[in-house]
Amino acid sequence: MKILGLISICITGWLLLSAVSDFPEWGDPHSPANSYQVSQHYITKTFAETSVPNMVTAVLADYRGYDTMFETVVIFTAGIAIIGILRRYDSSSNTINKPESFTEKPKEDLIIRTNCRLLIPIIQIFALYVIAHGHLSPGGGFQGGVIFGASFILLSLAHDLKTVQKKLPEGRILTLAGTGILIYAGFGFATIVLGNNFLDYSILSKIMLGTPIEARSHSMLGVEIGVAFTVAAIMFSIYSNLVSGGKMKEGL
Amino acid sequence: MEFLDSISGKFNYWVYIVLMMIGLYAMISKNNLIKKLIGMSIFQTAIILFYVSIGVKDGATIPILRHDQVHHTHATEYHHEITEHTSTTVTHSTAAKEKHTESGPDEISINPDDFANPLPHVLMLTAIVVGVSTLGVGLAVTQKIYREFGSIEENEIIKKITSDQ
Repeated sequence: MKILGLISICITGWLLLSAVSDFPEWGDPHSPANSYQVSQHYITKTFAETSVPNMVTAVLADYRGYDTMFETVVIFTAGIAIIGILRRYDSSSNTINKPESFTEKPKEDLIIRTNCRLLIPIIQIFALYVIAHGHLSPGGGFQGGVIFGASFILLSLAHDLKTVQKKLPEGRILTLAGTGILIYAGFGFATIVLGNNFLDYSILSKIMLGTPIEARSHSMLGVEIGVAFTVAAIMFSIYSNLVSGGKMKEGL
Repeated sequence: MEFLDSISGKFNYWVYIVLMMIGLYAMISKNNLIKKLIGMSIFQTAIILFYVSIGVKDGATIPILRHDQVHHTHATEYHHEITEHTSTTVTHSTAAKEKHTESGPDEISINPDDFANPLPHVLMLTAIVVGVSTLGVGLAVTQKIYREFGSIEENEIIKKITSDQ
């Protein structure tokens, strides 16, 4: 099996390497991917059309908004799937046998807890900045959401899973995750109700402040907040389910 | 020497192919399920490297407009907004404005060669998300398999399945 795998890898690798000479040189601004009109249009027209200086966010949340909406749904589905795979309600049978030294709880370290208490608010404020500035500077809903979820993971590592669950029970996590998709889809349905295409935000200037172009920028911020809700909630949900074997009782 | 030059000019493709083959080899021939998942992650990272390296331009910066460029464009944009505001329908006004900005002088200030290609970045942002989701589900399935069979070695699992029948 190993030899067979190695041979097939060598053949595939050789085929791919023999095609390398046809690829454009490194950093060539006139390569097909870089000179094609789609990317040229995004670079030159994005700000005029959406008043968002960050082209990546503009493409992500506006031009390819439909794709990103279902990307959020993919994360949500993954979170639900992990709960469905791992969840069990019987307490005793077939638990992962931990070594003896792990079963007795070590006393939580004061230095670690104090450091986390100092760090977590800063991490969360930074996450909110990354979300809110996603359309002006590097950042966005996915990145900020992951940072926000990581702050909860850090809290549950430093203290206990129970400490986080007191603040953020599982039902609330899943509600937040669903709320994110609801916000995103809500923007889409609002555009339909007002008479435009799905996720064509310019019509929202009728109910928002500003011009149609500014409405696209503001809607992108709203959509990114929705993405951040889902990503932050599901990141912590994935972590807590994996670490507790689906029982959500005690973690690492 | 010619061979070395051909490698150094397209080094990114060589790195991505080697990384991808490492990942594929781990997925095919490793017995341990966690190692297979590690292989899958390496594979995905190689694809991400490939796409992002395609979007690189020499001497270009990140695809975010600088503040001074934004300010300049924004001012003229606002001016257009006021002049075009008399048009009745929204679509008509935006169409007219696009026409206007195309011939406007501020359009020259944005040179596509100054900014990296944003499209591969967007595509890979979504690929990273899918990567996290698949890795999470894969780890969950592995944990379930361990709970069921007491092992994450593929040959031991197969032995247990065949002995049960």
